[in-house]
Amino acid sequence: MHLKNHKGLILLLFLLVIPLKIDSNYLYSTLVVIAIYSIVVQGLGILMGYAGQVSFGHAAFFGLGGYTAAILTTRFNWPTLIALLAAAILPGILAAIIGRQTLKLRELYLALATLGFGILVHIIFNEGGELTGGPSGMSGIPNLTIGTISFDNDQKFYLLVWFMLLLILIGIYNLVHSRTGRALCSIRESEYAAENAGVDCARLKLQAFTFSALLAGLAGGLYAFYVSFISPSPFSFHTSVQFVLMVVIGGLGTFWGPLLGAVVVVSLNELLREIVPLLIPGAGGEYQIIIYGIILVGLMIFQPKGLSSIGRYFRLPLKKELKPEG
Amino acid sequence: MLLELSGISKHFGGIVAVKDIGFGVKEGSILALIGPNGAGKTTLFNIITGALPPEAGSVTINGREIVGLKPFEIASAGITRTFQNLQLFGSMTVLENVMAGAYLRSKKGFVRSFLSFPGTCREEKKIREESLILLEEIGLAETAGLPATQLPFGKQRLLEIARALASKPALVLLDEPAAGLNPSETEALTDYLKKLKTKGTAMILIEHDMQTVMEAADRIVVLNFGQMIAEGTPAEIQAHPEVIKAYLGEDEKIA
Ligand SMILES: Nc1ncnc2c1ncn2[C@@H]1O[C@H](COP(=O)(O)OP(=O)(O)OP(=O)(O)O)[C@@H](O)[C@H]1O
Ligand SMILES: [Mg+2]
Repeated sequence: MHLKNHKGLILLLFLLVIPLKIDSNYLYSTLVVIAIYSIVVQGLGILMGYAGQVSFGHAAFFGLGGYTAAILTTRFNWPTLIALLAAAILPGILAAIIGRQTLKLRELYLALATLGFGILVHIIFNEGGELTGGPSGMSGIPNLTIGTISFDNDQKFYLLVWFMLLLILIGIYNLVHSRTGRALCSIRESEYAAENAGVDCARLKLQAFTFSALLAGLAGGLYAFYVSFISPSPFSFHTSVQFVLMVVIGGLGTFWGPLLGAVVVVSLNELLREIVPLLIPGAGGEYQIIIYGIILVGLMIFQPKGLSSIGRYFRLPLKKELKPEG
Repeated sequence: MLLELSGISKHFGGIVAVKDIGFGVKEGSILALIGPNGAGKTTLFNIITGALPPEAGSVTINGREIVGLKPFEIASAGITRTFQNLQLFGSMTVLENVMAGAYLRSKKGFVRSFLSFPGTCREEKKIREESLILLEEIGLAETAGLPATQLPFGKQRLLEIARALASKPALVLLDEPAAGLNPSETEALTDYLKKLKTKGTAMILIEHDMQTVMEAADRIVVLNFGQMIAEGTPAEIQAHPEVIKAYLGEDEKIA
């Protein structure tokens, strides 16, 4: 498994060169969106797939990151890189505060609590008056500048976000193969037994929640700098559901699942938007949603463990994995 | 004494689960906890490991009070357990189960785990090797790469024991470890527990199979309806009139 993931990361690195050859702005912008969502879903994947705690409120952390970056740069003239850091840290701190109580809840109750939080934050974006710009949002967010490089076109931004995603993937790879990764899994499987092995479940769950909020915030900040305009609508409950879908479709508790899920869900959205009007002339958005729903139900019926389990059909079981390494 | 209980009481609604229980476990010894169904044996394990708060009484390990500590703190004080109704990490492999049990043997936290490569980690290698040795000893080495749920029931019990031992605890609480094992497996387990004892691990053993109990235990505590009705060596317990009375009418035979 270790080897396979290294290979996968190297393959990914090669794949990322292809768009540079094609050099299409549409492709870049789709890939930027995929990377930004992937960053959110990497953290959510740790929370849901490993620690086993569901959240229907991650669009809120994503949005808080976006608004933090937007407000700090346009209202307070902070340097963009510092604002990006703040965009990650602020949602992280908030998660650490609310998680302490929220994570005591289980399953459906946790889902409801995070959902409520998401809705509340969305209302605040809408009703924030001067600070958030209300329903029409705020524009004029400057380009992200790191050192002397200004990320002012799609290609540069594409390279930036995928580089960041790659670093995050490496970190996630380390995490899930570590003692901490095993402890997270053990919480998901049996909290009793995990505690009995010495795992401070409450603390570790809180760390996973905070980590996921941090990544969602970072992604939100990147999003704000990329589109240079921000409004409440991309951070609604609907987006939270999309994030959860990406994790589940990709495969809970798998390394490649979140990335795969983000690629599939975003591509599917794009594809349906293009194709449905061709097939059914005059079709409204509801047709897209219906077909989208049918595909998702189909996926869940035929690949209940998520798309990343498809790989099993192409791979022989590796007996070698059992032996100690080195 | 390694572990000392005194005056432990707990009831559920109208049921007295355990009442005024007190006994001690010496370092590197096996104490068997026996009694009919519903006698309060598992409840006592839940209290010792911090899963249930007692209404009265104290539990000390090496003289340190542990009532009120959280389960994970009690684990790091050196007490682990197995569960009567198995609590394996089902979708993880056999080896991962044991490695997860060794959580306390290494230190790396969330942030450091994120930042450092697992291949370069000496701690990780050590835990992997130790876990494989443990599996070898308990006879699960060939199944190391299987998901835990794919093991037959008897082997799942053994895996629970291996996982409980992985952190090298001073005291292990075994809740009916031989339930579901066939006679030869039971015998192998008994031998293993005795070997473990000579290496210095103390155990409390809940077990219905009297042959195992009489063979493995240094001391025996008998519970009935939450009360401690006898304590002593296997020979003393076999001759104890109250014990014989409590077990009459049940199919249990005292060897
Ligand atoms: N969480 C609980 N809530 C309510 N009643 C409980 C609880 N746990 C145990 N009891 C009751 O307390 C009594 C003692 O139960 P316990 O599980 O400790 O018995 P035991 O000696 O382990 O029995 P067995 O040999 O069947 O495992 C029983 O009457 C049981 O129904
Ligand atoms: Mg019991």
